[in-house]
Amino acid sequence: MIYLQLYWEFFKTGLFAVGGGMATLPFLKEIGTRTGWYTAAMLADMLAVSESTPGPMGINMATYVGYTVGGVPGSVIATLGEVTPSIIVILIVAAFLKAFRSNRYVEAGFYGIRPASTALIASAGIGVVLLCLVDLEAWRETGSLAALLNWKGLLLFAAVWALTNVVKPTAKLHPILFIAASAVIGIVFGF
Amino acid sequence: MRFRQLFPLFLTFAKVGVMTFGGGYAMLPILQREIVENKGWATEEELTDYFAIGQCTPGIIAVNTATFVGQKLYGTAGGIAATLGVVFPSMVIITIIAAVLRNFAEVPAVKHAFGGIRVCVCVLILNAVVKLWKKTVVDLPSLLIFLGVLALALFTGLSPVLYVVIAAALGILIKLRGGKRA
Repeated sequence: MIYLQLYWEFFKTGLFAVGGGMATLPFLKEIGTRTGWYTAAMLADMLAVSESTPGPMGINMATYVGYTVGGVPGSVIATLGEVTPSIIVILIVAAFLKAFRSNRYVEAGFYGIRPASTALIASAGIGVVLLCLVDLEAWRETGSLAALLNWKGLLLFAAVWALTNVVKPTAKLHPILFIAASAVIGIVFGF
Repeated sequence: MRFRQLFPLFLTFAKVGVMTFGGGYAMLPILQREIVENKGWATEEELTDYFAIGQCTPGIIAVNTATFVGQKLYGTAGGIAATLGVVFPSMVIITIIAAVLRNFAEVPAVKHAFGGIRVCVCVLILNAVVKLWKKTVVDLPSLLIFLGVLALALFTGLSPVLYVVIAAALGILIKLRGGKRA
């Protein structure tokens, strides 16, 4: 029963991913690897589309992954699975709002969870970098270090990084502009 | 009738959903305008509180905040109606895009476009991590948790759930033991 499994996987993601949409990425990556429902490359594409379309990114990703796995019913079930824990947790928290905010166990627990969540996103990010910028197969075949790296990709990576971090006038632009520009560059230079 | 209360709630949050681009943080100014200024469903302070709690509780920040506001107005049913509203546009839009892209995935131009886009995604993730790192890695214990989880996540295939649970336990252990000594 794939729908039941889909609901359960996204329920877990919604319950343990702390810190918004990007925090679901490591969970989605692990689900893909374990179940074989989709590859890491497909997930990176879904992330790009989710970032460039209306709606909260985390919900877009859940809908997209759900659709990939099980069509329209899959998209509904994955999204409902992801929001169920949120609804339950928030309804409970809302009932004890004041006590929750000042509870030292809650505060201390999240003090530990926050850096862990950052580390999980970083590790998923490194996975995507390896996928896009490093070509292990070419390296194994030719043995040359030059073939290991995707030079075109690295150049684009450096350019986008500089434009979003160093160059002041472009740093505040919406990510969708960089995604669109990268798509054009990808087509023109045959990525 | 219940429906006459819940439907406007659903509709307003659907509007918020359409106008949100990217992560939950992008949603705050839109919520301020729709929920606080236009509807008067919550005060500025309440919204800031909901948003702060929404960030540190599990799940998508947009959903957490929607549940809070809906719950405040009409209880559990309100929380569910607001959440379904914020989620609804995503489901429609993404399903259409996914269906279209599925048919064009083999077109060379689409393949090359996504080749370029993936590189851009790497930078976006890197930027998100750097931003989060500055906020969440604040002292030596949190740095050690960060490095430990990063190393384990990179070199083992264990479920992320495990790390979150262990990190929560470590946080309680470190903070509350340290607190007693101080």
